[in-house]
Amino acid sequence: MGLLSKKDTKLITDPLADNNPITIQVLGICSALAITAELKASIVMSISVMFVLGLGNVVISLMRNIIPSKIRIIVQLTVVAALVIIVDQVLKAFAYELSKTLSVFVGLIITNCIIMGRFEAFALANGPWKSFLDGIGNSLGYAVILIIVGFFRELLGSGTLLGFPVLGDPIAKTGLYAIGYENNGFMLLSPMALIVVGIIIWVQRTRNKALVEDH
Amino acid sequence: MEHLELFLKSIFIDNMVFATFLGMCSYLAVSKKVSTAVGLGAAVIFVLAITVPLNWLLDQYLLQPGALKWLGEEYASYDLSFLSFIMFIATIATMVQLVEIVVEKFSPSLYNSLGIFLPLIAVNCAILGGSLFMQSREIQTIGLAATYGIGSGIGWFLAILAIAAIREKIRYSNVPPALRGLGITFIITGLMAIGFMSFGGMLTGGDDEAPKEEKTAQVEPAKEQSENNEVIANNIKVNE
Repeated sequence: MGLLSKKDTKLITDPLADNNPITIQVLGICSALAITAELKASIVMSISVMFVLGLGNVVISLMRNIIPSKIRIIVQLTVVAALVIIVDQVLKAFAYELSKTLSVFVGLIITNCIIMGRFEAFALANGPWKSFLDGIGNSLGYAVILIIVGFFRELLGSGTLLGFPVLGDPIAKTGLYAIGYENNGFMLLSPMALIVVGIIIWVQRTRNKALVEDH
Repeated sequence: MEHLELFLKSIFIDNMVFATFLGMCSYLAVSKKVSTAVGLGAAVIFVLAITVPLNWLLDQYLLQPGALKWLGEEYASYDLSFLSFIMFIATIATMVQLVEIVVEKFSPSLYNSLGIFLPLIAVNCAILGGSLFMQSREIQTIGLAATYGIGSGIGWFLAILAIAAIREKIRYSNVPPALRGLGITFIITGLMAIGFMSFGGMLTGGDDEAPKEEKTAQVEPAKEQSENNEVIANNIKVNE
C-alpha cells in the first residue's frame, strides 16, 4: 500500500479486533444494541456512524488549535449535531421506511460515546489525515460488531437476511422448517442483543487471553 | 392518575436501560462500585428532570411544525423540527455545565468522586433519548413531561444501582476468566432485562402483548407524515 504507511494501516486495523470500540473500549453501546434486530438497519447505522465519525474527526482535528479547552465539549457536540442532522435529513429523503425503523436512534448518534471518545482521545492531538483514518477504523470496528449481532438476530429470529428468507418458508414449511425448525422470536426482543454481545466478548477473550480483565 | 401511570411506565416498563438500551456506556463504566453509581444516578435524575420539561417548551413553542404561531400568522407555516437535535443538545450541555458548577461549589467531595463522569452526562444517551422520546411520543403538557423525565431518571438510577450491587458481589464468585468484567456484566444485564419485561402487563392487565418499541415506531411516523402533508398544504396555500 503506497498510500498508507505501516502506522496508518495500524490505525485502521487495530480497532477491528484488539482495540474494538465496543468490546474493549466500551463505547457506543446503546445504538449497537437497540437497532440490531435487522441486518439492514445495522448496516445503515454503521454507514451513518462512519460518515459522522470520519468527517467529524477531520473537522475537530482542523480546529484543534483554536478550540478553547473549557468549552470544547459544546463545540464538539455542535459539530456532531450538525453532521447528524445531515444524515437524518438524507435518510428521511431517500429511505423513509428505514428512518422510521431507526426512529430516535439516528439522533442518538450525537451522544454515541465512540464519537466523543475519539474526538477527545485522538482528533484533539493529531492531524486531519490521521484523524480521518482513525475515525474510519473505529467506525469499522463498530460496524463489525453491529453486523455480527444483526446477522445472528435476524437469522435466528425471523429466518431472513436483509429481508430475504434464507431458511425456507415458515408457513409453507419448506427448507429447514420441513424438519421441524422454528424461528426463535426471542432473538428479536431487546434482552437477547445484550446476551449476544456478551457471547461475542466471551469468544473474543477466549481467543486472546491478553484481553481478560480481573473482575 | 395520568401522571402516576406515566411515572410507573417510565420507571418499569419503558426502563431506559432495559427496554431501549440508553445510557449503556456510563452504565457499564461506572457500575463497579455502589457509591459512585448512586452519585451518577442521582445526577442523571436531576439533569433529566430539568432538561425534559425545558426541551418540551422548546419543542412546543419553537420547533414543532406551526409552533411559531405566537409570533404572528405569517410564521404559522414554518417547520423548524430539523433543528431539534442541535437545540436539545445545546440545552443539555448548558444544564450539565451548570450542574457541574453547582456541585463543585456545594459538595467538592461528590465532585471529586464523580470526576470525569459529570461532563460525560452531556453525552449520556439517556438524557438526549429522554428528550427525543418526549418529542416522538407527543407528551401533552409540561407537567407530564416533567413526570416523564423524573420517572425515566429513577428507572436509570434503579438499573445502575442494581447492577453495581451485583457486580460488587460477583467479585467473590468463580466466573470463567474470559467472561470476567465486561462479558458477565452484559449477560447479567440481559437477564435483568428479561426480568423487567415481565412488568409489561403491569398497567394493562396483560392485554397489551406487543413490544413497546415497535408500536411507537409504527404509530408515530404515520402521524408525522399527515402533519407534514398539512404543512405542505399550508405552504402551497401561502405560495398561491
